[in-house]
Amino acid sequence: MPILTITFAIIVIWYLACIPMNAVLTTPKIANAGGGLANTLAYSWNEVRPVLPSPHQVAREIWNTVFAVAPWTIKSLVYHLWVTLSSTLVGFIMGGLLGILLAISIVHMTSLEKSLMPWVIASQTIPILAIAPMLIVVLGKTGLPDIFTKASISAYLCFFPVTIGMVKGLRSPDVMQQDLMRTYNASWTQTLWKLRLPASLPFLFTSLKVSVAIALTGAIVAELPTGAVAGIGARLLNGSYYGNTLQIWSALFVAAFAAAMMVWFLGELEKQSLKRMGAKP
Amino acid sequence: MIEARNLGLSFETQDGPVQTLSEISLSVLEGEFISLIGPSGCGKTTLLRAIANLETPTSGSLTVNGMNAEAARLARAYGYVFQAPALLPWRSVKDNVRLPLEIMGLDDVAGRVSRNLDLVKLNGFEQKFPWQLSGGMQQRVSIARALAFDPKLLLMDEPFGALDEIVRDKLNQQLLELWARTKKTVVFVTHSIPEAVFLSTKIVVMSPRPGRIIDVIDVDLPSVRNLEIRESSAFLKIAHRVREGLKSGHSYED
Repeated sequence: MPILTITFAIIVIWYLACIPMNAVLTTPKIANAGGGLANTLAYSWNEVRPVLPSPHQVAREIWNTVFAVAPWTIKSLVYHLWVTLSSTLVGFIMGGLLGILLAISIVHMTSLEKSLMPWVIASQTIPILAIAPMLIVVLGKTGLPDIFTKASISAYLCFFPVTIGMVKGLRSPDVMQQDLMRTYNASWTQTLWKLRLPASLPFLFTSLKVSVAIALTGAIVAELPTGAVAGIGARLLNGSYYGNTLQIWSALFVAAFAAAMMVWFLGELEKQSLKRMGAKP
Repeated sequence: MIEARNLGLSFETQDGPVQTLSEISLSVLEGEFISLIGPSGCGKTTLLRAIANLETPTSGSLTVNGMNAEAARLARAYGYVFQAPALLPWRSVKDNVRLPLEIMGLDDVAGRVSRNLDLVKLNGFEQKFPWQLSGGMQQRVSIARALAFDPKLLLMDEPFGALDEIVRDKLNQQLLELWARTKKTVVFVTHSIPEAVFLSTKIVVMSPRPGRIIDVIDVDLPSVRNLEIRESSAFLKIAHRVREGLKSGHSYED
């Protein structure tokens, strides 16, 4: 219910904003038609090439490009979403694994915390838009499939929250639990598998939810400098070349929806696995 | 079983070294139930941790089960019960007791688990998770876990300190029965005089700054004890001697 209220408010504000935003294009048309509130609304909300498309125009565009065309054609947003999502997922898995491995190394070798952590943090202070073209050029020379080049940008962005979260998670067992493993003369791999990793699971899921959303951003950004012809990024680029705001907005909404679905899916996975691990309901 | 000679342990702090243990000499025979009692800061927990090789003494000698403390830990010579249950919250009762067996790769896992849950009277609770149990039951799970791999020595660090007195009385009785049945050697840290007298065959009274042994008292009460024994004159006499020991170690001063 609260979410519906907010959604309604946003839609109202959006419709209202369409009137002044599209005024540049619509003022003469409204005047020609004789003015009045009805004409103002009709023209502001149904401009063919609007500055700010109205919600129902975006909805119609999404309908036309998602449901009304075959999903494997270049006109379909489903096709573009799939191109972007596949590299998002590859990058997410690469970045997730890298993040976990880094965290395990940092927790087990104290020297690494001092030597590696500054680099991990520095890597995230560089604007991704600055480094993406260079990474793509360099990786493009290696002859790896394009999807890995794109995915590496996602991985570059999304390993960071996983590393930070997992370092904290792997260190979350208290001193008593660590002493307990010591009294059993447990090896470090046993301590890792039986104590540290299970204890870090809630931290992992929190990090993964952040990561998967920025992995999608990374995949979209990676499509911009390559002049990609397919993918959500390509749609955005194409839309801005030709001033097709409808195409931009619908691509943005579909991407946001996909990100929300991935976060939701991880949330469900988290719930299920914590339930199996005996968490308090 | 345990032999300590002139044991000393000091920490380096910003205000200079702090002597936690000083000139500790103590021998524990097989099958004994020894209590270490004293005010906080007297080093009783540190001594227990030194026996468990969780702390390293800075002087003196210490043997556990005929080996030095580290070799004894590596040989998994003792089970340790902490102040808090320290159960793994994602494991059921049964799986918590399994933990040491999995790590040590022992056989007859199911048999050991059920025997030790029997011992602490928790059969029927195998599938429960720690949060579903009371504090006393959780601590009993942790005792079953410490006994699961059948060590000869049981080290207990104020295991009932966080529990209320009624639960504590009940667990004390259960612990005595368990000790009589299993014939383990127990080293038990406490700051409760009645608990120490009720449980022990020998009480070691300690005092702080530096942590040292003030008195070692043999408890000559019958080996089968019930809670009523705490009103007997023999019991009160021993409790009085413990209190005198603590007093002489300035434990009641600020």
